Amino acid sequence: MGISLISINRKPLFPIKNNLMPITNSEFPITNSQLLITNQLINYTLHLADNTLILAQQNSEWCGHGPILEQDIAITNISLDLLGQARNFYQYAAELINQSTSQPINLLTSQPATEDTLAYLRDNREFRNCLLVEQENGDWAKTILRQFVFSNYQYLLYEKMQDSKDEALRAIAEKALKEVIYHLKWSSEWVIRLGDGTEESNQRINKAVIELWPYVDELFINAAYESALISNNISVDVASLKNLWMQKTKEIFAEATLGIPENIFAHKGGKQGMHTERLGYILAEMQFLQRAYPNSVW
Amino acid sequence: MTDEIIINEKTVWEILETVTDPEIPVLSIIDLGIVRKIEIYNAVQKPPSGGVGVFITPTYTGCPAMDVIRMNIRMALLENGFTNIDIKTILSPAWTTDWMTEEGKQKLKAYGIASPNSKQQVCTPGLFQEEEAVQCPHCNSYHTQMISRFGSTACKALYKCNDCKEPFDYFKCH
Repeated sequence: MGISLISINRKPLFPIKNNLMPITNSEFPITNSQLLITNQLINYTLHLADNTLILAQQNSEWCGHGPILEQDIAITNISLDLLGQARNFYQYAAELINQSTSQPINLLTSQPATEDTLAYLRDNREFRNCLLVEQENGDWAKTILRQFVFSNYQYLLYEKMQDSKDEALRAIAEKALKEVIYHLKWSSEWVIRLGDGTEESNQRINKAVIELWPYVDELFINAAYESALISNNISVDVASLKNLWMQKTKEIFAEATLGIPENIFAHKGGKQGMHTERLGYILAEMQFLQRAYPNSVW
Repeated sequence: MTDEIIINEKTVWEILETVTDPEIPVLSIIDLGIVRKIEIYNAVQKPPSGGVGVFITPTYTGCPAMDVIRMNIRMALLENGFTNIDIKTILSPAWTTDWMTEEGKQKLKAYGIASPNSKQQVCTPGLFQEEEAVQCPHCNSYHTQMISRFGSTACKALYKCNDCKEPFDYFKCH
């Protein structure tokens, strides 16, 4: 594991055996349905936060390495937007965790949860991001395709989330949707440019399609915390987004002269905390400073 | 100085006029339209008993200028004798460039940044679509072309003028 170095001498933030529902302590069984909803809402909010944080972190690796200056700036701007979304979601999750009467809150520092403790002090298995966002950056084509797949999904997700019964999620979605529209436009244009570009660009984005497609389906499979909140109109039923997502993808792929793979084996588990090895490396780099020098600030 | 302050909303708005966007120093946060509301607590009391609440909304979710703006609001109010300051962020309704003042748009142009067109077709995910008629802030030509959707900050796109050949930033309509 890439994070073994920093796992020494620290207690897990949440009990490992409960990593699927970190806020639930098995010694304090849930008897109250409101509490259950709160726990699922915390998990759901962390999932939304983790998706955006991990993709932001990955995209930011292009800073100073983009193929041309304008596109270097574009991908890092997208990174910044995603990081802003992550902060909003983490702040909300921290608020919910601190209000929650169930425990534990933060075993590591015994301090209240904050956006920073949630981003920097949780381990691999406690992250709920989908596997797609933790896939390697690869070349420009792979990064572009990953962004297109995700922005297309996020656009539909936030559009629906604007009607959520949860006031905080609704406000974050309304705000972020405007930015995601730009991400979707930009990444769609690049998918077309690469697919319908030169022989080499076409070959590269075709390779990216083959590499990333196994991670597409997970986006549209509801995790337990998503399913549990659908009937309350809090979460978005992601399964219902798939047709619209596919419609848009077909439209862009047709222009890009790309084919859509069929009958691909779908990997899943990221949303439940079962990640690919890559996430460990991402977290090792991202969390190093707070692990090595706890509570240090700029 | 503290003794002479009478807390009222107008005073606070005037103080906030002096707080500028760190990335675009010609624009005040009032010009930008990010101050949504001001609340006065215990107005009859003089500071420090009386307090002020400032409600702001971010331009872009991840804009790093927001942290600086928050700090500068606090500094400006402290300098004017306020001690009980509460700065709150609200996300909904989401900020739009339509909230930018006319004065702000004029200041932007004079600073060399094309001001945002009024909100129109930007909120559709249509492709390869450029906003109509972005005017060059240097020579006023409408014969301009987008170079990149993303510019030096999240709120700007990169354009160039086909007449005077100068590149310029366009404050995207949002």
